[in-house]
Amino acid sequence: MVYSGDGVNAQLQLAIKSWYSKSLTLQLFQLDTWFEMQTAVKKAHQAKHNPEATNLTELKHGESGILDRLDLPEDDARRLMELGFLPGHAITPGHSAPGGDPRVFRVDGSEVALRRETARRLILRSARLK
Amino acid sequence: MSDCHGCSVATLPPPPAIPTRRHIVAIVGPPNSGKSTLFNRLTGLRQKVANFPGVTVEHRMGKVKVDGGREVFAVDLPGVYSLEPRTEDERVTHDVLLGQMKDLPKPDAVLLILDSTNLARHLVLAAPVLSLGLPTLVILNMADDLSRRGGGVDVAELSMQLGSPVALVSASRGEGFDKVFQFLAGTTQAAPRTAPMMQLPVIQDIPKCRAWAANVGSKGKYQAPAPPHWTRRLDAVFLHPVAGPLVFGIVVIAVFQSIFFWAKPAMDLLQETITAVGAWVGSLIPNPTLHSLVVDGVFNGVGSVVVFLPQILILFLFIGILEDSGYLARAALIMDRTMSRFGLQGKSFIPLLSAYACAVPAIMATRTIENKRDRIATILIAPFMTCSARLPVYTLLIAAFIPDRRLLGVFLSAGTAVMLGLYAIGFLAAIFTAKLLKSTVLKSSRSSFMLEMPPYRWPTFRSLGLRLVDRSKVFLRRAGTVILAVAIIIWVLANLPVHNGQPPEIGQSIVGMIGHVVEPAIKPLGFNWKIGIGLITSLAAREVIVGTLGTIYGIEDPSAKSAGLQHALQQDLTLGGAVALMVFFAFAMQCMSTIAVVRRETGGWRWPIIQFAYMTGMAYVCAFLVNQAITALF
Repeated sequence: MVYSGDGVNAQLQLAIKSWYSKSLTLQLFQLDTWFEMQTAVKKAHQAKHNPEATNLTELKHGESGILDRLDLPEDDARRLMELGFLPGHAITPGHSAPGGDPRVFRVDGSEVALRRETARRLILRSARLK
Repeated sequence: MSDCHGCSVATLPPPPAIPTRRHIVAIVGPPNSGKSTLFNRLTGLRQKVANFPGVTVEHRMGKVKVDGGREVFAVDLPGVYSLEPRTEDERVTHDVLLGQMKDLPKPDAVLLILDSTNLARHLVLAAPVLSLGLPTLVILNMADDLSRRGGGVDVAELSMQLGSPVALVSASRGEGFDKVFQFLAGTTQAAPRTAPMMQLPVIQDIPKCRAWAANVGSKGKYQAPAPPHWTRRLDAVFLHPVAGPLVFGIVVIAVFQSIFFWAKPAMDLLQETITAVGAWVGSLIPNPTLHSLVVDGVFNGVGSVVVFLPQILILFLFIGILEDSGYLARAALIMDRTMSRFGLQGKSFIPLLSAYACAVPAIMATRTIENKRDRIATILIAPFMTCSARLPVYTLLIAAFIPDRRLLGVFLSAGTAVMLGLYAIGFLAAIFTAKLLKSTVLKSSRSSFMLEMPPYRWPTFRSLGLRLVDRSKVFLRRAGTVILAVAIIIWVLANLPVHNGQPPEIGQSIVGMIGHVVEPAIKPLGFNWKIGIGLITSLAAREVIVGTLGTIYGIEDPSAKSAGLQHALQQDLTLGGAVALMVFFAFAMQCMSTIAVVRRETGGWRWPIIQFAYMTGMAYVCAFLVNQAITALF
């Protein structure tokens, strides 16, 4: 009897343990799904090319544009090109500082923060101009 | 880059000469590629920070042990995106690689480290580096990240394309280093290089370089990994319009709070140890004069500064974590608008943040600011940021004068609040000065701000540990040299002139006489002559005042242990004087190293003199007002 009592006890502990770990994985799983959903929503938008935008500041969240030229002094333009802002590359706006300026832009595998005044000078290939 | 490199396709170099001296390997790579992690992994503790003569760019050198007990010297060069010498960083890297740096022979080999998770873009730097013709190992770092995120690369194929050996490593985990050590062992013999299959592009043309990199990448079967999801997720919080600034505030408060609470047990232990060792050493010395010199002079003087080592290490640990994890770039982003309001650019933020640790490396870090006027403005305001040398002074005075009361439950104590206030006034003085400078003598048009946001990464224990070891060395070296010397000088001057073989009463000693000469000038601030001596000695370095006061009060009352310094100050200083002293330290530029580095960085005595006069004047006026106000109120 003593042994079986111990057995019940052990079973109970096992059950509690498995419930605990299950609920933990469940929580983690849910958190993960939530994140996945968040990114999935963004991903769906990311692909959306916006041919109307003429410069980076006109791109809305989840839109992308193709860089046409950098309307900046030589030094700044070179620096930006080294960071990945090359004509022909797709650019997507990301998060920003509170107030929307500066904003992070995703380009060529990197994320680079630019002030609004700089972003305005990065001209996109626009349908409107053609 | 010399002109001929810019206008023609690079030709194959002659095979390197057989080296007979020490072998030097340069580590080159873009920012955030993991250069420092690789360097730490290779050299461990066998490294030191050094400066090239004539330029301000710091670099680290270290010995790497390779096969058969041979040694190779590794040089960690500043992170660059290209080899065009426009900024000082790039010039140093360029000059070292071309063997144009004084006191450093041309490197025998190059370790080019690139981030494998962003290879197509990072390969752009391979073009100019490979065209130098030095034996080069291309190291693709973050291999673990690459495979986890579903990317991949054919190392053998890429190696063929580049005409150089390629190693896929994870510097943070130390994986894949066999090939690196093999290569390093090979550099001690002359190794011929094979010609690259891909002809190198004209390297000043970035679009062409990028196209070349994409071509090489695709021939090397490079599979770009999925985007860094965790970075996106963390940014969704850290760069959230509401949560972001909130997290920023919590991080800042948590850092300062832990400087107090975590450091306290370690500091108490250190204090007890120093007192015990001092007493033990003292008991071995029968001669009373020598006994006084060792116990009062050395142990009270140096000991009262060394006690603060845990606090400084915790501060550096936090700055290290913030920097290595990638959060610092987000903090700079959040702060940019605030900075621009005072005429500064976002890039000024990182030097200013590191000035919270120490102004000297911060002033050196301003070299990344291309705009000369912005750079000088940042240099001039950096010493206002509350550096770690002020911590001992603040901690001592807060412990002695500010009641230990809770303000916001467990979260904020009165001491922390005062400390935060002192950090705040330093910051306010800095932005006020920035505004003043930028609207008058250093006026310039708004400059651009571009800052790469690196993916979040776990800081490695190795890198953090090496930082702390480095910092401890600097701190203890100073305690063992400058502070020890000042402590002995103060002790000697406090025991002269000798009357009938007896040391004078401290007020009658040379120290006392000097103190009484300066006392009228500082009396309106609420300081007595002993503080005056402390102010004079703290011109060497701020924390020296704590050592000096430890020595002076130790001689005055030999029974007082170092913890008695708080007691002695409570007897000797009013609340107004104590707060005024903290305010004085918040503003005054008492640091020889900073003055020296400003002179070197600005190329003359003009700016350091203006800066010293301005800061000391501001410190005097504000301390005077604070003392008068508090004395009138209480």
